[in-house]
Amino acid sequence: MPFTAKSGKFNASINTLTIGTGDKAITLGGENVLPFYTFDAPIENAPKVGIEITDGGLAAEPECVQKYYEGCETVVDMAKKAASMEGVDFLSLRLEGGDPNGLNKSTEELIALVKEVAEAVDLPLTVCGCKNVEKDAELLTKVAEALDGKNALLLAAKEENYKTVGAAAGLAYKQVVGAESSVDINLAKQLNVLLTQLGVNAQSIAMNIGSASAGYGFEYVISTMDRVKAAALSQGDATLQMPIVTPVASEVWGVKESMASEADMPEWGPVEERGIDMEIETAAAVLVSGSNAVILKHPVAVATISKLIKELV
Amino acid sequence: MALKGLDIFKLSPKKNCKECGSPTCMAFSMKVAQGAVSIDACPYFSEDAKAAMSEATAPPMKTVKVGTGENEYSLGGETVLFRHEKTFVSKTRYAVSLCSCMDDAAVDAKLAEIPKVDYDRIGERMFVEMIYVNYDAASGADKYVELVKKAAALNRVLILNVEDPEVAKAALEVCKDSKPVLNGATPANYEAMNGVASAAGVALGVKGANDDELFDTVAALEKLGNKNLLINANTSSIKAAYATAVQFRKAAIKDGNRTCGYPSIVNVAELAKGDAHLQAALASVFTMKYGSIVVMDQMTYAEALPLYGMRQNIFTDPQKPMKVEPGIYPINGADENSICLTTVDFALTYFVVSGELERSGVPCNLIINDAGGLSVLTSWAAGKFSSSSIAKFFQEQDIEGKIKCRKLCIPGKVAVLKGELEAKLPGWEIIVAPREAVQLVKFLKDMQ
Repeated sequence: MPFTAKSGKFNASINTLTIGTGDKAITLGGENVLPFYTFDAPIENAPKVGIEITDGGLAAEPECVQKYYEGCETVVDMAKKAASMEGVDFLSLRLEGGDPNGLNKSTEELIALVKEVAEAVDLPLTVCGCKNVEKDAELLTKVAEALDGKNALLLAAKEENYKTVGAAAGLAYKQVVGAESSVDINLAKQLNVLLTQLGVNAQSIAMNIGSASAGYGFEYVISTMDRVKAAALSQGDATLQMPIVTPVASEVWGVKESMASEADMPEWGPVEERGIDMEIETAAAVLVSGSNAVILKHPVAVATISKLIKELV
Repeated sequence: MALKGLDIFKLSPKKNCKECGSPTCMAFSMKVAQGAVSIDACPYFSEDAKAAMSEATAPPMKTVKVGTGENEYSLGGETVLFRHEKTFVSKTRYAVSLCSCMDDAAVDAKLAEIPKVDYDRIGERMFVEMIYVNYDAASGADKYVELVKKAAALNRVLILNVEDPEVAKAALEVCKDSKPVLNGATPANYEAMNGVASAAGVALGVKGANDDELFDTVAALEKLGNKNLLINANTSSIKAAYATAVQFRKAAIKDGNRTCGYPSIVNVAELAKGDAHLQAALASVFTMKYGSIVVMDQMTYAEALPLYGMRQNIFTDPQKPMKVEPGIYPINGADENSICLTTVDFALTYFVVSGELERSGVPCNLIINDAGGLSVLTSWAAGKFSSSSIAKFFQEQDIEGKIKCRKLCIPGKVAVLKGELEAKLPGWEIIVAPREAVQLVKFLKDMQ
């Protein structure tokens, strides 16, 4: 008697969402099965991998990442190089320097950079704010305007600033709106509802339901993803059917495991390997739990995760 | 399928003798149905009734025990597919593989490598629990048995990957008392292997060229009366391995297909084909998706740190928060004159706060209170993180005797405690720290 598995195909499916324009545009979502359950039904759009650079340029990167950008003098040079790396589906520019508690770069300065980067590369673009909700409201509004027609993903609209960011990105300039909530299915749902009530098309929203490094309260991230996918697919909850985009790089390169020098922790071995594996293992886990895209930093991690996705789909 | 209380009641003796501790047979049946008490608590249940029930109440997935003593591990026994539905009960265990095709120097080097990863993380020992020993027919049975002996000296659970029943017998001779796994039943040899495994009293790993063969071989072994089994995920491709791991677990738990309900072995070393980074990715994938034993080529700290941390996260009971031990944690080489900060014992809070403190580079003493494993605001609301509890803790731990500095920072979210604390801890300067951990770096640097 052969093994017969009951199909786990659902009647509902995840929204399909396109980021970017032209040949290089990427499509997320569309599946009606759990992550990589290709034995239940084919998955048309494999999860995508983004590479992250910041407005801080080379100096802001961990040492082990810098060598991959050798010869790059400006952020634009880095963007071009990043776009040519193996396994990269989209480019993510994080405007970290905008943080009023940090470098507090002016919006004009950052927008000029966003425009330059957008002109230099033809890959789909994700622009992440500086995590300060007031500054992001101002910054992302201008980014939406500057990238008119590029169909970029802006991360992120949060509960505190969704009106400003949502109106500019979703209504005025028809970009893709990233909705960020912190590891709670109800908060994720609420923000999606608020954005759609504002008039943003549900089909142009991507969710960042929150992220963490493996080992750092990671169970909340995984359980939130599990529950969001269950609600979206088995219960057909249309307010949770947006694809999930998970920024991994901004979490994993700040934890002890990827930062402590070999001199401090001799038994741990080379710091570069630790950072890479932290990024890879965290990304692999969020992908099998439901992320439709991940944003990474180290080129080796990008290539490995891209290979993993190809093998699984 | 789980029986309802009423179904159990129908089979019960209906004497209401109270000997089981429940007031009536009905009450007892209800408790059995919930899994609160064992059916064996009733001395009068007939054997026939028990047999009928045990079949019906058996868990959807078998728990298989391997190893002995402090190295005994339970595998499987899961009742849900996702941790939020209840909890995962048996952690994924990691094995490093050896082969009798390797020369002595390579074997010794690997055996010396294995014990290096061994550390403590929130009260849990993290190390490679198992060794997977491959048999290479070309190098002969004697060499294999020697290798098994060598590996056994490391005192880990062995997984003997051998499909030749005679060699298996010889290898088990030297290690069967430590309850290894015999991984080698195939459609071609399962009868002989069943004999070898049963005689030695060890769990038997089952393989098949595809999921149908695997399923049929497990079914055939069950017919022979062996239910001490493990299933091997297909190793022909990553996609196929994922399909076996997910589909068998799902069929067991969701569809009640008991033949699928065995713990799994996933050989990611074989799937990764020498790509160490891909292996790390796969170890993570199969920790999340239903690998009971994950076999790797090697376990470096780089691979281990995220992997064990992730496993610790995923296999916690969602209803029980993770806690760290209360006490003084010196950070960045702090001494008795360094500034003090306090927060709750909720593991996530501790990790985030200690991470930021380390990032600041400022030497400081982090004093962790016993706050019931709750977050700052929750424990404050529950009265477990209050000026009295902090003051009491300071007294119990003799903080004033251990630390000379008299500056204490409290989380910004409980700024209200400042006044009360100043009254209860005379001589201390109470400083209100920021509300969020990420602001600590700037806060500490500014203070210097």
